[in-house]
Amino acid sequence: METATAKNTIWPDVELIRNEFPILQQTVNGNPLVYLDNGATTQKPVQVIRAMQEYYTGYNSNVHRGVHTLSQKATSAYEAARHQVAAYIGAHHHEVVFTKGTTDAINLVAAGFRRAFLHEGDEVIISGMEHHSNIVPWQLACEEKKAHLKVIPVTDQGELDMDTFAAMLNPRVKIVSVAWVSNTLGTINPVKDIIAMAHAKGIPVLLDAAQAAAHTPIKVHELDVDFLALSAHKVYGPTGIGILYGKESWLQQLPPYQGGGDMIKHVTFEKTTYAEPPLKFEAGTPAICEAIGFGAAVAYVTQLGIHKIQAYEHQLTEYAVAQLKTIPELRLIGESRHRAGAISFLIGQHHPSDVGVLLDQQGIAVRTGHHCTQPLMDRFECPGTVRASLALYNTTADIDRLVAGVQKAVTLLG
Amino acid sequence: MTIKEQQDNIIADFEVFGDWMEKYEYIIQLGKDLPLIDPTYKTDDNLIRGCQSKVWLHAEMQGDKLVFTADSDAVITKGLVALMIQVLSHQAPKDIANADIYFIDAIGLTSHLSPTRSNGLLSMLKQIKLYAIGYQAKSVQQN
Repeated sequence: METATAKNTIWPDVELIRNEFPILQQTVNGNPLVYLDNGATTQKPVQVIRAMQEYYTGYNSNVHRGVHTLSQKATSAYEAARHQVAAYIGAHHHEVVFTKGTTDAINLVAAGFRRAFLHEGDEVIISGMEHHSNIVPWQLACEEKKAHLKVIPVTDQGELDMDTFAAMLNPRVKIVSVAWVSNTLGTINPVKDIIAMAHAKGIPVLLDAAQAAAHTPIKVHELDVDFLALSAHKVYGPTGIGILYGKESWLQQLPPYQGGGDMIKHVTFEKTTYAEPPLKFEAGTPAICEAIGFGAAVAYVTQLGIHKIQAYEHQLTEYAVAQLKTIPELRLIGESRHRAGAISFLIGQHHPSDVGVLLDQQGIAVRTGHHCTQPLMDRFECPGTVRASLALYNTTADIDRLVAGVQKAVTLLG
Repeated sequence: MTIKEQQDNIIADFEVFGDWMEKYEYIIQLGKDLPLIDPTYKTDDNLIRGCQSKVWLHAEMQGDKLVFTADSDAVITKGLVALMIQVLSHQAPKDIANADIYFIDAIGLTSHLSPTRSNGLLSMLKQIKLYAIGYQAKSVQQN
């Protein structure tokens, strides 16, 4: 059997990189931790942890409008983080709204469309592989406005049926909101085509980039996407923060989401005028420390090189898929030609949770269940899947442990 | 056997296992051996929803004892359900309602009872207690 180090030709530094993630240096149930639940959340490098600690120990203070030194320092760091994240996705900083995360960002757009652009009989297009967070906000908006939610079908391979999508585009469609990468199937959707096809009919597009952000270079201006949502905690940053990217023209048109401090220009009891975007959408004291941690996280990824990460993860994903396929009872759910490192599978007739419990006993963290994609599970007629999802610090040795762990689970389950 | 004796028996059974694999092999076997619930009782009303696996639980009085039958779509959950039933079925409602369940902890499976595990086992224990309290109240009324 080849050794893990022999296979890491693209990125021999991965062992050094692992050392930057303190949480990975532990044993779970008596075994060194193999963390393969990165689709749910990624671990944090010391660079991120340190940046957040420095904020609370050195200059914790509320942002904007403060005249004292700490407040100015906090404001500078918070706005610097916005610039860092904007640079990471190829946007202008004023097009980047800090939100609580991807879910919050999608809700912001859905609420804005509900109030300003969606009318009775209109349509909203999503896809059959969406996370609940890109289904329910649109469902709520459509119910209120008596609009219709339309769903792009998913093929047996786990890809979007693009011919049907083309036929679904019509003047009643007010927005198309789809995942860049499926959190359950790992499918990388043809987002350039989706955007071009929608724009040809004058329809804006929102991309849920939660599962793309840590794995794929993002250039929003090149993509010409109208909105893009992502979460920091899936890009090695803290929980509780993410962004909505919006084209400037859209952010100008979209009504405010929540009212409060920071989002106003002037308030009287008769009328309030609002701040310019992005602050128009950032009511209340923001997650300052988390924003700074997010900035540190994208700086970390940028320094390593997102193209290099993508190439490494691609190689690792191919290795993982090939190795998993050697298990006779294993069935992959989602076999797209273009895939990222979220790998869903079932083992014979065994319930995913049984497999998950037995992997946990061996120190291997995977996710089991419906992955917040219940309609997709219905589509593939399964109660859920076992999902292993990769990140930059995973190695072929992790994959070998997973495969051996699954084999042991199969033996035990009989 | 009392509820306490049943629990002590299970704890003694588990003491012989050398490692986690033997323990889980036994639980899986229990899961496979658990007599299936009468399909007519496998209804949504009897379904205890955990996030991951489903558990169906049916209760009925036989004489002065409360009898439980159950099923799960996950075999490890089903094995744990079998243990719970071994301890608590065919007991007086009053004893079930007042029972202190300590065996899960003692055999090192506490994590399966944690609410975050969401496998329905904790909900099942709550439901068993609720049935017992319900039947206890009914028998008090009848007397």
